[in-house]
Formats: sequence, C-alpha cells, structure tokens
Amino acid sequence: MQTALRTSLPEIEPAGRANFVPHARVAREERPVHVSGLPLGIRGLRKSFGDNEVLRGIDLHIPAGQFVAIVGKSGCGKSTLLRLVAGLEKIDAGSISLGDEVQAEDIRVMFQEPRLLPWARVLSNVEVGLGRDRASDDAHARAEEALTEVGLADKRDQWPSVLSGGQKQRVALARALVSRPRVLAFDEPLGALDALTRISMQRLLERVWRDQGFTAILVTHDVSEAVALADRVLVIEEGRIAHDVLVNAARPRARGSVELTGLEGSILSHLLSADDRT
Amino acid sequence: MSLIDSISLPRSFRLPRLDGLVQWIVPIAIIALWQVASVTGVVPVRVLPAPSDVALAGWKLLLSGELVRNIWVSFWRASIGFLIGGSIGFAFGLANGLSQLSAKLTDTTLQMVRNVPHLALIPLVILWFGIDESAKLFLVALGVFFPIYLNTLHGIRTVDPQLIEMGRIYGMSDGELFRRVIFPGALPSIFVGIRFALGIMWLTLIVAETIAASSGLGYMAMQAREFMLIDVVVLSILIYALLGKLADSTSRVLERATLSWHPAFQKR
Repeated sequence: MQTALRTSLPEIEPAGRANFVPHARVAREERPVHVSGLPLGIRGLRKSFGDNEVLRGIDLHIPAGQFVAIVGKSGCGKSTLLRLVAGLEKIDAGSISLGDEVQAEDIRVMFQEPRLLPWARVLSNVEVGLGRDRASDDAHARAEEALTEVGLADKRDQWPSVLSGGQKQRVALARALVSRPRVLAFDEPLGALDALTRISMQRLLERVWRDQGFTAILVTHDVSEAVALADRVLVIEEGRIAHDVLVNAARPRARGSVELTGLEGSILSHLLSADDRT
Repeated sequence: MSLIDSISLPRSFRLPRLDGLVQWIVPIAIIALWQVASVTGVVPVRVLPAPSDVALAGWKLLLSGELVRNIWVSFWRASIGFLIGGSIGFAFGLANGLSQLSAKLTDTTLQMVRNVPHLALIPLVILWFGIDESAKLFLVALGVFFPIYLNTLHGIRTVDPQLIEMGRIYGMSDGELFRRVIFPGALPSIFVGIRFALGIMWLTLIVAETIAASSGLGYMAMQAREFMLIDVVVLSILIYALLGKLADSTSRVLERATLSWHPAFQKR
C-alpha cells in the first residue's frame, strides 16, 4: 500500500529551491547548505530501568549536521537513547558530549504527540519554544517566522483543537524550530499521522533540515521513512548498535527508487532475522 | 476554515438571544398554568397562593424595604462564606495537588471530615457561635470547602504529564509551569467544583437561616410561617430559585470567558 502510494506521487521540489541546489550532486555534498548543528559523541552509554538494562554500552559519533535515523523493534532502547541525548533521563554510565557552550535552547525534541497547550493560541504555543527568550520583544516576530516556515502562518490565532493532526504536528515542529536548535531529536514524530500526511511531513522535515543544518536524530519504526530521510541508519538490537548503514542516495530522494528499496529491504531483513533468533 | 469562521460569527450573535428566550419558556408556562389553576379554584389558595398574590406580597415587602434588606443579608452571608471556604479549599487543593508531602499530611484527615454531613454540625455550631453571623459563615464556608478542594485537587492531578514534561523541556520555571500549564489545565475541573459549591452554598445558608437567624431570607420564610403568610413563604422559595439561577449563570459566564479554548465552549 505504502509503496504504491509513494510511486504514484510525483516528487515536487519546494518552490524556490530548484535553483538553489545544484543538479549534479554527489553523495558527499548532500550536507545541508550551511551546517549549524552540533557534533554528538556518545561513549559507553548505559541505562537501566530497575533490573531491565535497556542500553548496554552505546558508542557513537555523529558529525555536525548529519541526519541520523535510529530504527529497531519496540523496546530495543531507541527511544531511551533519544531521551538520554535530549537530557530527559539520567545517564547510568558513560557520557554524551555535544561540544562546548551548549545551551538548553540548542537541543529540541519533537514527540509522537504534538503536546500543544490547548489553552494557548497557535502563535503562543510556538513562542513557548523560545525558552528563555519568551519575554523578549521579537518573540512574536520569531514565532511568526517559524509558523511561516511550516506553512501555517494563517493559523496563528486559532486554538489547537481546531487543527488537524498533521497541522498540530507542524505547529509542534515550528515550536521546536523557533529557537534555532542545533540538535533536533524526533521521537516517532509522524507515527500517528496518515500515509499522505506522513509523506508531506517527511518532505517538510527534510527541507527544514537542509535549510537550517541542525543535527537531526530521528527515532522511527518505519524503515522506509528512515532510508528516505537519513544520511545514516542505525539499527539497535538489545541495547546495542547492531548495524550502522550509510545512505548515500542523492537528495531530493525519489521514494521507491531501486536504491532505497534495496537498502530498506536489507535493513528489514536484519531486523527480522534478529526476530527469528530470539 | 476562514469561510466557516465568517459564517459562524453572525450566528453566534443570534443564538444566545434565541437561547435566552427558550430557557424561560418552561418556567413562564408553569407560572401561567399555576395562575389559571388558582383562579379557577383547582388549587385552593390555602395550599398554594396564586402567583399574582405572591407578586403582591413581594411588592409590599419591597416597599417596606424588608425584602431588599433580607436578600442583601443572605447574599452577603453567602458571598463571604463562599469566599472564605472557597479560598481555603482552593489553597488546600493546590497544596495537595502540587506537593506529595502536603497531600500525605492532610488528605486523609480532610477525607474523614468530608464524610460528616456539615449540616449535622448545626447544633454544635449554635453552641459555639450562638445565632451570630459567624455561625452561618462557618457553615457555608465548610459546605463550600469540599467541592472546591476536591475538584481543584483532581484538576491539578489530572493535568497531562506529557504537557508538564514539554514545559520542563522548554525551560519553564516552576512559576511559569504553574501559570502556563498546570493552572489552565486544572481550570475546567475547578469550575465544576465552583458550580457544585454554589448549590451547596444556598442550601447551607437557607437551612442555617431557617434554624437560627434573626434576618435573611430563611428567617423571612420562617417568620411568615409563624404568621401563616403562605404567600411570603412561596415568595421566599421563588427567590431561592432565582438566586440559585443567578449564581449558576455567573459561573457559566466566567467559565465561557476563561475556557474559550475548550472545544465544549467553542460551539456557541
């Protein structure tokens, strides 16, 4: 079903970008236009909840501005890894370094649920993302700019309850983007959306990543989403990184291309064979 | 969306007026039926005086100033008692909702006290305070305390923990988290408490005034009973109904003003 959808939809580049990106590009140049992201170094990371050891020693280096997808079966520890990077859980052992001078506003998380304040209008929900700059004079202007970026400028004075699921998630994205984060962590942000909305959200994520050049970490259970968006796919099994796969396909990526489908198939077979062994 | 907005705007002006009429159809019809029944003698005047007689009694009391004075006294007692009991209930609700320690310390005690019907305390309260103002205020405050306490506590406890986590991630201080997330999230539940409390407020006050008072609506009704003035008794009962309706409408207006974000309040 998803494959059929993907191939039937024409790939449309966002307007205004066609001249911006050179046509003949090689994999190495698939970086964002300017890199604002932070490099991420993880060493010997361990985390347990009670007797259950969720992460059993993760070593990982993510260069600044890379788009990394983390896939794995549910309960493999992929969300825990993301929550540790975002500082939402305490580390048991090991370290996570995000370079020097990292501030709270530099790291943002987007969840599966939009988590908008129902009693705040769309614009003030976006302003929440400014962190300590919430009270500054240009808060309104910055929030409006972020809303425009996700294409919802006309919804600024609406209550969240009147928005569709995809629109709410776009507001949540605007809220995450408004502080110009240098690391953006996505915890299954598209998991609750329908197939068509998912695809347009994937394009939006890719576009803002290329525009802003943050380091992106996407946790997903959807392997085709991972290979469509990421530079690199990490497969986590039983609390360890089992596979580290580079995706060198050129951007914008033609979803359903032989290259991506082949990669998706091999990652899926890894995941499934792990399933057979247990 | 903008099209729907532009349509619903004029309609939202028309609907409340229509609603305002619709809700009064039944009470007015009952009064009309009652008048007819009294005039034709179906209902003997000794059992229930005609609405016109009740209105006449009201007019006389209004002219003598007695009606306004008694309503004012009752209204004053109700409001002060409500404010005292409501504030204490709200404060305990906040404290126990936000602090585990406070909840462990006081919640069990409060739950025990809650199960004592507060009107059962009337004899004790009369012994303590006599038939003084403080007796009535004490009873109203006690009656109002529990619905507001329980609903504030419930409201705060049930604020979506995902929103609280979101607030923390986005660097909200404790004060900001309370102001932007916890309090607005608890507000619908607090309003439920307020509307319950308003009902209990009138009930408590009227019972207290009927038993031990020298002024107020309950006293007026009891005095009228002594002198067999059935029209004044019925008048008092109708005034309770109107005051109760007034209190409820006030809380509704407040609710709509503060909960306009809530889908349940957006339709009108």
